[in-house]
Order: sequence, then structure tokens, then C-alpha cells
Amino acid sequence: MVELLVEMTGISKSFPGVRALEEARFELLPGEVHALVGENGAGKSTLMKILAGIYRRDAGSIRVKGSEVEISTPHAAQSLGISIIHQELNLMNHLTVAQNIFIGREPRRGILLDEAALNAKAQQLFDDLHLKLDPRRRVGALAVAQQQMVEIAKALSYNSDVLIMDEPTAALTDTEIDELFRIIRHLRDRGKGIVHISHRLEELKQISNRVTVMRDGRYIATVNTADAEIQQIISMMVGRTVFEATPELPEQRDPNVVLEVKGLNLGRQVRDISFSLHRGEILGIAGLVGAGRTEVVRAIFAADRPESGQVTINGKQVVIHGPSDAVHHGIAYLSEDRKRYGLALGMDVELNTVLASLRRFANGFGWVRTGATRKQALEQVQALAIKTPSIRQRVKNLSGGNQQKVVIAKWLTADTDILIFDEPTRGIDVGAKSEIYRLLNDLAKQGKSIIMISSELPEVLRMSHRILVMCEGRITGELSSAEATQEKIMTLATQREAVAAA
Amino acid sequence: MQTTSAPARSRAQSLLAGESIQRLLALAALVILLVFFSIVVPHFASTNNYIDILTATAVNGVLATGVTFVIITGGIDLSVGTGMTFTSVVAGIVAVNMGLPLPLSLLAALASGALVGSINGVLIAKAKLPPFIATLGMLYVTLGMAQVISDVHPIYFDQEPAFQQFFMGKPVAGIPNIVWVMLGGAAIAWILLNKTILGRYTFALGSNEEATRLSGVNVDRWKIIIYAVDGLFVGLAGIVIASRMNSAQPGLGMGYELDAIAAAVIGGNSLSGGEGSVVGTIIGAFLISTLRIGLSVAGIPDQWKSVITGLVVIGAVWLDILRRRSRA
Repeated sequence: MVELLVEMTGISKSFPGVRALEEARFELLPGEVHALVGENGAGKSTLMKILAGIYRRDAGSIRVKGSEVEISTPHAAQSLGISIIHQELNLMNHLTVAQNIFIGREPRRGILLDEAALNAKAQQLFDDLHLKLDPRRRVGALAVAQQQMVEIAKALSYNSDVLIMDEPTAALTDTEIDELFRIIRHLRDRGKGIVHISHRLEELKQISNRVTVMRDGRYIATVNTADAEIQQIISMMVGRTVFEATPELPEQRDPNVVLEVKGLNLGRQVRDISFSLHRGEILGIAGLVGAGRTEVVRAIFAADRPESGQVTINGKQVVIHGPSDAVHHGIAYLSEDRKRYGLALGMDVELNTVLASLRRFANGFGWVRTGATRKQALEQVQALAIKTPSIRQRVKNLSGGNQQKVVIAKWLTADTDILIFDEPTRGIDVGAKSEIYRLLNDLAKQGKSIIMISSELPEVLRMSHRILVMCEGRITGELSSAEATQEKIMTLATQREAVAAA
Repeated sequence: MQTTSAPARSRAQSLLAGESIQRLLALAALVILLVFFSIVVPHFASTNNYIDILTATAVNGVLATGVTFVIITGGIDLSVGTGMTFTSVVAGIVAVNMGLPLPLSLLAALASGALVGSINGVLIAKAKLPPFIATLGMLYVTLGMAQVISDVHPIYFDQEPAFQQFFMGKPVAGIPNIVWVMLGGAAIAWILLNKTILGRYTFALGSNEEATRLSGVNVDRWKIIIYAVDGLFVGLAGIVIASRMNSAQPGLGMGYELDAIAAAVIGGNSLSGGEGSVVGTIIGAFLISTLRIGLSVAGIPDQWKSVITGLVVIGAVWLDILRRRSRA
């Protein structure tokens, strides 16, 4: 039998107020891609962070290549040949690719840095991966996918045998994912063990040899990917049978235009954008990463002030100077990056819930009625089934899906008529996803108007009454839900300017 | 075994990670210090001496209370010391040189403090200057202005006996009124921080300014307001110091800002923002003055008092870092 690269057994871990892992286990063979799946808060990331020396376990044992080890620091993990690539990349944007890879281990000539050797070593790594990337480029100038490659190269430069990737495909386009998978297969064939944490179950079949399912911090099962049905894995993840049934989109026939945008411009990403949004409508915005979708909604919300353009709300032209005006006019914006733009992470659930509508909970002197804010937070926690020990819990201690629910709670509390959801299901598990879909439907039924940006085409198709497709900062087409197909969307999403002009 | 001990440990950890722990540590340090000096230093344990400590804390306590607001937002205010000098000179000019009624001069001090704070706020919120730079600039501006408007002459309140009589009067327990002013100011600050919109936004801003802005909070306006509140306390400190000295001294003020920041930091306010409390700040201010007075009663030279104060600041922050690490 082949010796296991990694064997973790009986791993338990608690954080203040949360039991993250309970007797969890995991094993990894050389030359395999092992997928680790589970809902948000299932403990996948925590388990892997323990393996990578970022957290310390409370109980359990870890064996690496057969011998029992104590991994107390990331450095210890590295010297055991274990590297982790986080969902949020950890690179220094102002340094070059090569400088990033060899940070702390720079080749030197005497007391001076040897930049030539540095670049040559980085180039060698890229050649091994059959990767075209200039070691001299500044990391800040690279696309996310390329930055990820830098992280992978950095991990390999430590001669790692175990590579843990936390949601590596979350921010990538389909072509970029193909390239990533090519490299993962290449590494697998060289005998490396790769842990692939993912929410995109359709990827499992493509890339993984085995799948381990976790739920509520516990180990559920490990199966060979080839033998397993996706539906079966989903059932194990949620602990019940989930029908991936399309939630019935409520009919939208209210002709009232709630929001009208005319000739909106901001830089290269927002060019002459005009569209209208009806009452009770879910308007999908599709497009490739970098098409300017987020920039458009940020301009409407005045998170970035547009250079020109008109916004009309309920027939009245309005001037929106900043987000506070936007909220005042009844627009909510759920950012794609909840940690940076959505939450005060160090603050508790209660404050985050009322942050966008604190005035409503205060008297004329600015005195906050704490009873009212507490009640509101408790109601939202219940209504959205937010898993938290209490409303006093700091948001940073919640799982991703529950954090997202807190952002949603904030905007439901603000009770605006127009809601902009930017990638509402990014990095969220199947169970929470269908909850969010149901919520979007309910909101539309109540007469709220919704703009939804999504990079997942099935989601856009399933959840939108109407779809706008963007490419290079322009709207290249509009499709009704009846006529829209993945192919039509992709055609419009790649309709570059040169082609359009021709 | 390990599994049974795990919950107990996590309870201990969560207790240790509690937000109030740094305040408790600071309070414990203060009590230990008082007990230590009382036992070891002859003549330290006397009512008069304790009252001296309270009195000596008043100026720094008020300043530190103000600076606590901006520290919680993740900002800093280096202009509080010289700002205080400026406001005391303004009070002196209004009361003595212009001969206007005393209450008016007090209002003028508060207003000039709020003005300095607002200017800081506008520079930071609108002109987007880093708080360190904006308030460093205002440190010099207020120092210079205090000297310009006073023509570099101290202003004495001898013709206004009511001023010192009121603030240095000791109607309750032999404790001068400025101590009550400090504690009252701290109480108001506590209410502002914990019970009002202003306080919630102060913490939210320090925790994540961009998320707060995108929640529709007019972040720029609130920043200006918060710096203006800080400025009001600077004005109050101007009144307190003027009454202590029975004069406005235009050359004074440099260094006070560092005492104020040190008090806030010892009291557990994180310079990266998002957490802190005025209770901690006041404890920190008491700790500094206890240390100074204890050392000087013990006959330790001034230069060594500075060294020891510095070590206490470093030690307090280091302890805080160790505590944070233990909860990660």
C-alpha cells in the first residue's frame, strides 16, 4: 500500500463560542487531488488551517509521511512540505513576481541582493509548470488568476509535497480555471498531494480523485469521485436530500419603472450605461470578470462617483453624491467582497445589523434605543437562520455564509426598495445558496426591485426576469428570461468593441 | 482527557479574550501600584497625597478622554496639548483682556477647542490627510496661534478670582472641582460612546470605514463631528489647566498630547481602531499620575520618572499584544 502523505484523526478545535471541529479526520495520498467539501461552517478551512500550522488543534493527532508531528506554526508546516494557498491571496503588490516568491530567501551575492539569480530561479519554476509569466512584473499589475499562479509557484519553491488550495476557482473565469486545473493535474502526476476545497461541485468530477465530505465540524465520508453522484455528495453535505429544483420565479408584470439609468459613464469600465428596472423585477447582469458589472452598480450607488449620467428613481431625477444619498433614496448595495466592504468584522452581529439604519433606532438626540436594536437583530437572526451563539458575537467569528446573511440582514433592516446584490452566492454552499434564492424571490414578490450580478450562468438564467450582458464596460445586449441561453449570454459577453464596430 | 479539558480551556480563553480584560489589567495595575507605593514609600499614604494624585490627573484625564474618541476611529490627535494651550489663552483673552463675563470665556474656550477639532476633522475627512500629519500640522499651528494672540505673554486671572475659586474649590470630600469636571466629562463621553449614534459610528468607523461608508453612513461628516467632540474636550482641558495655574501660559502644551495618548493606550484603546473605552482611558491617566507622584515622593529624579513612564507604556501595549495572540 502507498504510504499516506497526511493522516489527521480525531481533530477537535473550538473558538470562543463556536465548536469548529469535532473529531474530524482527513487523509491524503501522494499523486491525488482530494476534494474537501461541506457547507459554510462545516470546518473545512479550519481543518486545513490546522494542517498548515495557522491554528492549533485542541485534540487529535496528525501524521505526515507516517510519523506523528506537531505543527505549531506555518513555518513548521512549510518545513514538513505543507503549503496552503488561501482564498485571499497574500502577496505584496508592490514587489515583483520573483521578489514575492523568494521573500525571506533572497539569493545574495555578499551582502547585496542577486536579482538576476532571483529572476532566473523564478523563471525555472514557471518553466517547470509550463507557465508563461514574467518574473520581473509587479504583482499588483497581474490578474487574480496570475497572482494565484505566483502563490502556487511560491508553494512549490518550498519543495512542498502537500498543496492545500482554499477555493482556488472562486474568482476565476472558465479559461483560467482550465489553466489552473492543467497545472493541478501536472503536479498530481508528479506525485504531489493536493487538497482542493471548493463549493463548485461540478468541478469535483473534473479534477478530483476522491472527495471528503464534512458537516458541522465532523467527518462524514470519503468517496471515490468516479463512483459518486453529485446529488449524493450534496445529500451528505446537507444531511438531507436536497432537490436542486428551480425555485419558481414569481411572475413580474408590474410595468412601473423604479430605477432608470441614462448615459452613465465612469472611466473605462462604465461606458454609456442605460437601462431601467421595474417594480418586483430581478434584473440579472452577466458578463466575464472585468466586464465592469461591479463598477456600474458602484457608480449607481455612488460608491464611486460617476463622471456623467442621470439616475431617475420612481420618475424623479435624483443626484446621488455618495452612498448615504443612495441609501436615502432607497438603494441598497451588497458588495461582492463582504469582508472589505460589507461588514465591520470586529463589531458584533447587532451593530452590523442596524448599521445602515441606525437613525431609525435613535431618538432626536441621537440616543440609541438599545432595546429596539437588540430586538431587530434577534428578529433577523431568526428570520435568516443566522448561526451565531448570540447577537453579541463578533462577526469575524462567523462562517462565510453566516457573514453574508448578516450583510443581508443589514439591508433588510434598512428596508430599501431597490436592492443590488453583487455575487450574492460567491463562496457559499449549496444549502445557503438555495436559501438566498428563495429570499430573492420573496423580496421580488413583495415588490422590491433587484439587480443581481452573478458570474455563474445557471444562476443568472434561473434567477432573472431579464438579463443584461456586459463586455468591456458596455451593455452588449439584453435578453428576456424566455430567450436567454448560456450560449447567447456568452456570445454577448465576448462581443468586444472591435467586433461590434465591424 | 483532552476532549473534556477542551471546553474548560475555551471558557478560560474566552474570558481572557474579553474586551474588558485590558481595563481590568490596567485597574489591577493601578491598585497594585497604589498599594505598593503606600507600603514602600514613606509619606505616600496620606489623604493629601491621594488628593494630589486626583488633582494631577485632571488635565491629562480630560485630554485623554477627548483623544479616546479619535483613537477608536483608528485616528490620532497630536494637537490636543497645544490645542489646550490655545483654548486657555482664548479664555484668558476673553475674560481678562476683553473683560467679558467668565461664563462667556469658558464658552469661548470650548468653542475654540471645537473649532480646532473641526479643522482637524475637515483636513482628515475632506482633504484626506492622514490624521497623524493633519494633527501634527495643527500642533504647530495652535502653538503658534496661542503665542500670536497672547503676544507671548502669560495671562493671569488674578482679577477673576471666581474662576479659580470655582474650579479649584473643594466642596466635596476635599477634592477639587476639576477632578469632578474630569469625571463628569468622562461620564458624558461614556454615554456618547455607548448610548448614542455618534458612539456606534465611532466604533464602526474604526472597525471598517469603507463598509460603514457603503452602509450609507456619511462617514466624512461623522469624522468631522468626532474630531470636533475631541476638540470640545481639548477646550475643557484648557479651562482646567488655566484654573489650576490661575493663568494661561502660551509657551506650554507640547508633550501633553503624548501623555494623553499614553493614557488611552495603557487603558486598552487600540491604535488600529475599533475598540476601546473611556473607562480604560481614565484608569490609564490615573496610572500615569500615580506613577509620577509615587516616584517623586520616593525621591526618584525626574529623568528616571520619564524612563519608567515609557517602560510602562511599552509594557502595557506588549501585554495587550500577548493577550490578543493568546486568543488567536
